[in-house]
Amino acid sequence: MLRFILSKKNHITLISGILIAFSYFSEFVLKNETLFKWPMIIASVIGVIPIALQAFSALKVKVVSIDVLVTIAVIGAFIIGEFTESAIVTFLFLFGAFLEQRTLNKTRSAIKELTQMAPENALKQMESGEFIEVEIDEVDVGDVLLVKTGAKVPVDGTVLTGEGYINEASITGESFPVSKAKGSLVYAGTILENGTLQITADRVGEDTTFGKIIELVEEAQDSKSEAERFIDKFSKYYTPAVLVLALIVWIISKNLELAITILVLGCPGALVIGVPVSNVAGIGNGARHGVLLKGSEVVQVFSRVDTIVFDKTGTLTIGKPKVVDSKLYADDSDTALNYLVSVESESDHLLAKAVIEYVNNPEYYPVGNTDVIKGKGIVADVDGHRVAVGNLALMEYEKVNLNKEMRDDISRFEQNGDSLVLTSIDGELNVLMGIRDKLRPDVKKHLQKLKALRVKNLVVLSGDNQATVDKVAEELGLTQAYGNMLPQDKSEFIKKLQKNGHKVAFVGDGVNDSPSLALADIGIAMGSGTDVAIETSDVVLMNSDFSRLPHALGLAKATARNMLQNIIIAVGVVLFLLANVFFSEWMNMSIGMLVHEASIFVVILNGMRLLGYKLR
Amino acid sequence: MKKATIQLETLTCPSCAMKIEKAVKSLDGVDKDSVNVTFMSSKVKLEFDDDKLSVDTIEKTIKSLGYEVKKIQIKD
Repeated sequence: MLRFILSKKNHITLISGILIAFSYFSEFVLKNETLFKWPMIIASVIGVIPIALQAFSALKVKVVSIDVLVTIAVIGAFIIGEFTESAIVTFLFLFGAFLEQRTLNKTRSAIKELTQMAPENALKQMESGEFIEVEIDEVDVGDVLLVKTGAKVPVDGTVLTGEGYINEASITGESFPVSKAKGSLVYAGTILENGTLQITADRVGEDTTFGKIIELVEEAQDSKSEAERFIDKFSKYYTPAVLVLALIVWIISKNLELAITILVLGCPGALVIGVPVSNVAGIGNGARHGVLLKGSEVVQVFSRVDTIVFDKTGTLTIGKPKVVDSKLYADDSDTALNYLVSVESESDHLLAKAVIEYVNNPEYYPVGNTDVIKGKGIVADVDGHRVAVGNLALMEYEKVNLNKEMRDDISRFEQNGDSLVLTSIDGELNVLMGIRDKLRPDVKKHLQKLKALRVKNLVVLSGDNQATVDKVAEELGLTQAYGNMLPQDKSEFIKKLQKNGHKVAFVGDGVNDSPSLALADIGIAMGSGTDVAIETSDVVLMNSDFSRLPHALGLAKATARNMLQNIIIAVGVVLFLLANVFFSEWMNMSIGMLVHEASIFVVILNGMRLLGYKLR
Repeated sequence: MKKATIQLETLTCPSCAMKIEKAVKSLDGVDKDSVNVTFMSSKVKLEFDDDKLSVDTIEKTIKSLGYEVKKIQIKD
């Protein structure tokens, strides 16, 4: 019964609207008092039914909702014979709810679009070898699936056979086809634009990258900031308080009309809906533009950031360093290079990879007594020799003597902005290599945008030598640059900034700087979509796309502003109405309800502006 | 203890979420701290003891408040 009536709410609204229109037509055109009065009475009665039912179900679980206030007000008006008022108030309340639902759905559409991209079916290989279409829930890890042209990849998996191009926009926000062949990883929710693939399922359902993103976004949208929790608590007591206030006014003034007017005006509608609407629209905008903002609190803090600290490798640079310059000092340079490669093959350091890539057809020797010296390099025994591979600090540690030629070479390499890899064999410097990492495209332009958004300090921290870091900072227009930083130095540095009163965001790839990501007020991960960093950071830039950073900051600022506007509108309207009820003549229930519903509509529309936000 | 995620019809007022939360919390067998009704995504997440309480009862409780239940997922 309850659900039947509630499902007909929109019809009731329509009928009550028609009745009210007819009744005014009777009064002004037909000049018939009876035909004026009765439609109003009927409109009041049918209109109040769904509201009263909702009020009753709320009271059953001990919640004093807005419906309760309105129901009492309408019944009160009815008792004192104000049928016009009661009819119009119920109509406006129902119509307001209808508009609210329509506009809220629009606001939520950003997320809906995302969840609708979730795959629903899959072609699964049965025991007979045939592929049969099944629901996504029936796919388990290890199943073999067929993906045809134009279809969605149903799970995170590995390509078994076939080739094709996949559009990974749902994961990365980047809409261009990526080539896939045997052994490539494919992600749920992405679309195979051409080709046919057979894949094995590695992760299914909520465990897929896409599933995790949806869950994070959903949680973010419903997460509450300090201010919101306060409003929630406030409105819990506020509604009953309005009820009590109306009661007191009635007892003192014996004016029932004034009392029920207060009930209507006191509804906190715009206040409870205003902030969540800004939040959902802002985070929804981010999700569509490759930016994951994890919740309302994150938005608030991020909007106040004045210092952004960048890790260099993998953040400002693309993270694929190459050997660009080298100098050999040994008589037998081939053997020296072979020793070097043998030692480097023990390491998974980025620079080691660059060195191995650089040396052609190396001969590998067995390596023993490998000792990693933190922040310096590696020392090991190869072929009966002591081989040290690392930076200048390691050479000092190993007491390697450098002649003038070597020192000149080293400072020239540093001037060029290279990272140095030096190799000594039995205490003699044999090889000097200069390694450089390409800057990400357009980094400078994006950093300028950050400055325009009033970020005062742009800092780069790196484990590289100071000269290299200075060069990068100069090229990009950063305000401060610090080299020779170990991971713990980086987090110390962030602590110092915070102590000096700065709000600090740290941008890193999450590989070796997770302490800094966690410590900073806002940790921003350059996520390739699969990293653990997605879970530990506050903001994720999908597909490691640096260009999303200015958008993310601009969006956070716009969202925080929008929330504040909505709070001001909501509180302002309630104060204005209450002041007028006591100090003006023209205020009554109907006007109060109209203004009240209008304010709800205004805050929702204001929040919706965020859906279209773009950084200029 | 089992974990349930219940997808509701689209909620339109934050006080609806509050009502549902109170009603679900009042059921015997529900872990009160685990109940989370999210307004924007219109979902109820909760943990409950399936010896004491059936999913049907939870569903009925929500329906009796006047809200439609669209989908229920149960995990161990």
